[in-house]
Amino acid sequence: MLKVNLYLFLFIFLPFALLAQHKISGKVTDSKKHPLPGVNISIKGTYDGATSKADGGFSFTTDATGDQVLTAVLTGYQLLEIKISTDNAEQLSVILRNDVNALRLVTISAGSFEASDSKKGTVLKPLDIVTTAGAGADITNAIKTLPGAQQANDREGLFVRGGTGYETQTLIDGMLVRNPYASTTPDIPGRGRFSPFLFKGTTFSSGGYSAQYGQALSSALVLESNDLPQRSSASIGLSVIGVSGGLENLSKDKKTSWGVEGDYTNLSPYYSVTNPRQTPNLGPEFVTASMNFRRKTSSTGLLKFYGYGNWGKLGFSSPSIEYPGDTESYKVRNGNIYTNMTYKENLGRDWRLYIGASFSTNSDNINTDTLIKAPVPTEIRIQSTLSQSRVMFTRNLGQFSSLRLGGEYQYATEKFSFNRTPFNYADNYVAGFTEADIYFTPSFVGRVGGRAEYSSVLERMNIAPRLSLAYKLNTLSQFSIAYGDYYQKPEPQYIRFDHGLGYMKATHYIASFQRVASDYTFRTEIFYKKYTDLVKTIPNYNNNGKGYAQGVEIFWRDRKTFKNVDYWISYSYLDTKRDYLNFPKEVQPDFAATHTASLVYKHFFPKLATNLGFTYTFATGRPYFNPNLPADKFMSEKTIDYHALGVSASYLTTIRKAFTVFVLSVSNAPGNKQVYGYHYSSDGLRRGEITPNLPRFVYIGMFMSIGTDRRQDVLNNF
Amino acid sequence: MKRLFLSLFLISGLATAAVAQSAQYQDAMLKQTSDLDSNSAVDPTVLLAKANTFERIAEVEKTQWLPYYYAAYCQVMMCFVSQDKSKTDELADKASVNLDKAEALSSKNSEIACVRSLVASARLMVDPASRGMKYGMEAGQQIQLAKTYNPENPRVYLLMGQSLLFTPEQFGGSKTKAKTMLETAMQKYAAFKSDSAIAPHWGEPYAKELLSKAQ
Repeated sequence: MLKVNLYLFLFIFLPFALLAQHKISGKVTDSKKHPLPGVNISIKGTYDGATSKADGGFSFTTDATGDQVLTAVLTGYQLLEIKISTDNAEQLSVILRNDVNALRLVTISAGSFEASDSKKGTVLKPLDIVTTAGAGADITNAIKTLPGAQQANDREGLFVRGGTGYETQTLIDGMLVRNPYASTTPDIPGRGRFSPFLFKGTTFSSGGYSAQYGQALSSALVLESNDLPQRSSASIGLSVIGVSGGLENLSKDKKTSWGVEGDYTNLSPYYSVTNPRQTPNLGPEFVTASMNFRRKTSSTGLLKFYGYGNWGKLGFSSPSIEYPGDTESYKVRNGNIYTNMTYKENLGRDWRLYIGASFSTNSDNINTDTLIKAPVPTEIRIQSTLSQSRVMFTRNLGQFSSLRLGGEYQYATEKFSFNRTPFNYADNYVAGFTEADIYFTPSFVGRVGGRAEYSSVLERMNIAPRLSLAYKLNTLSQFSIAYGDYYQKPEPQYIRFDHGLGYMKATHYIASFQRVASDYTFRTEIFYKKYTDLVKTIPNYNNNGKGYAQGVEIFWRDRKTFKNVDYWISYSYLDTKRDYLNFPKEVQPDFAATHTASLVYKHFFPKLATNLGFTYTFATGRPYFNPNLPADKFMSEKTIDYHALGVSASYLTTIRKAFTVFVLSVSNAPGNKQVYGYHYSSDGLRRGEITPNLPRFVYIGMFMSIGTDRRQDVLNNF
Repeated sequence: MKRLFLSLFLISGLATAAVAQSAQYQDAMLKQTSDLDSNSAVDPTVLLAKANTFERIAEVEKTQWLPYYYAAYCQVMMCFVSQDKSKTDELADKASVNLDKAEALSSKNSEIACVRSLVASARLMVDPASRGMKYGMEAGQQIQLAKTYNPENPRVYLLMGQSLLFTPEQFGGSKTKAKTMLETAMQKYAAFKSDSAIAPHWGEPYAKELLSKAQ
């Protein structure tokens, strides 16, 4: 009975015993003695606790008695549990240790600008590409407002850090795109083939990029296509130069989607009312059709297919420089097909798989009499195909580190005929790569890897080492350095005539500092790039060309200082010289400007539902070849400086249930004179300026989308 | 006999403890939830202290969805009252974790869907231009879910009215539609019967305030 009495006793008196309260107090700091506010302190198993104040102090009372466990919780810090005795728990000193999380984790950043929604701290968002005034919704044009890229607007492609457009490769979901730009006539650069709306992420790498990518001496433009859409939708577009329409369908179980898009562009009505320098004599007319299919094969598996076809014809006639009073004509008919299929899946046990395959074909039929009139007229046919397959395995090593292993195979055919005389070749290209991201600490990462390649047409292999290091100073700032060797096959027009050529080579050295907050970004890089084995065409084809590029780049973006305003400034200083092709000596090439700067400004007026934007770009004059000068004065003259001001306005509204945007944009609004260089007659007596075909381009368009609510999408943009 | 006594005592003892526990839970929750509509609840420090308290209660009462729900509510409200949007994602992540736990205990819950909608809106506010599409849609979908789970929940109409009121007219917003929606919300508040004193009951004064703006 004694025992029972004891229980009874306990139950009667326990409530009173509980009333004996103990005071718990103290201060929470991090390991560097900085006070930590907002920490949730509690006695384990009870409600009793407090939140630490601004000075890290806390104080509360508890009914618990004796030995207890005190817990302290704060995001970004490790959970702390300490044993205390309630009898003696005042002025506790609680020290929390940093926890490792994504915010503190350093990432490899030297050389690359990323536009993505999925990752925090990216420099640009995918929509920025569409909404940059003067860029005309062209990915390449928008990228040209970033440091490192040249304003070489008389030729297509990205000219990066003293490199030619050929030295930049475009990749979609890891697969190479052989002809990313529409075929056009000389001095009129082709637009990028792919709509920026197709991609959820764009990474512009101006150097030091991963061993995953090869065959690019200067730069990689890595595009990552969209996953499944949020819902089904339809869209139509109407503009002064054409019409477009699209459908996206998402299955009910949200696991499968398909989409089709088509557009038709005809520039001849526009040219007939404006006054172009070169008069169209064919088209310009383009038809594009594309389709996509995406399927979630499991919770982690995703299959994507993208198919694209484009048919275009254009031709211009312009006054002949060779034969005064005469006109010259250049016509091109182009057909392009690009298909790409990729599959990603987690294999479990820390392994991930990526497989990709693609096929593309491009044919250009060119009729021209711009060459010296020996055999009139000239007919050139170029047909290239590329089939490729790629596989990559990724293995997680520990908490953050990872290892990538992969390989790719490409089969390319290059057919070329000049007035029916063929010059054809095919190339089997095999590459293997391995790369590891090793986290020494969460704020210090190294990426080390390499790539080995073999090309059958060159009959040579190469091994390219790559190394990057990044160190995070605090949550916002980090330093990075990168080094790498890059090899690339010479351009088809040289391999075609001489099969004895070898790889061209560039070695990159980059140091960068960046500070990225949620509403501003500052970034600066210095680089040195050494070129060796460049192709020379004199005295005969050889790999004795060489050169260098070095410079400083600065980028500043600010979304904070002015209300409803977002702007960025980039500046690039470039010192580059090269001796290649038919150059008599090492000089600054005709595609490189010493100073390049851009200011992109976007201002949203909520009450008017209107966005105004302008982009101002500046570049110092570029050297040009004057055949009348002696060899020691080669490329010594420079064009006038380049100024361009693109302006755009867009008004957002709804027409019935369709979200509608009206766009007005003007490239080079003030009509500044832009001269990219000169064409000389063969006797050097006459010359013609290379200028844009129209001093300014006025674009008026309307886009409607039904189903997808894009209101918020464009609220602060366009 | 002795054993019988002992077990009887034990059972009654456990029951007493359970009742005591429950009373303690009710008291603590009532204290924390009673002033959620007051002016002090727009102070980030107050909201943080409350969120932490709810998390402490949740840590002990692992079978109750309300502490998780309220912790998430306070965390998402911190996103809205703070000017500093750099903390939003962290808070929204925490709120989502709490809502997942709440939902595991109480599925197809209209109140949880409402707070999920708020979380999506908070994430949207960080960068409306690039996040609008994804999170705007999610916010809308959660509200629709909340309405399906319980069409009588006044907070559904409050959130819909708020969205109509603050969306510019070009984008489908409308003062008149907002007014009708908020009036519905007021009617639903008047008719709404809470399961208990600590069940979600916030929003009526705010609905009234919005309604005056919609006039």
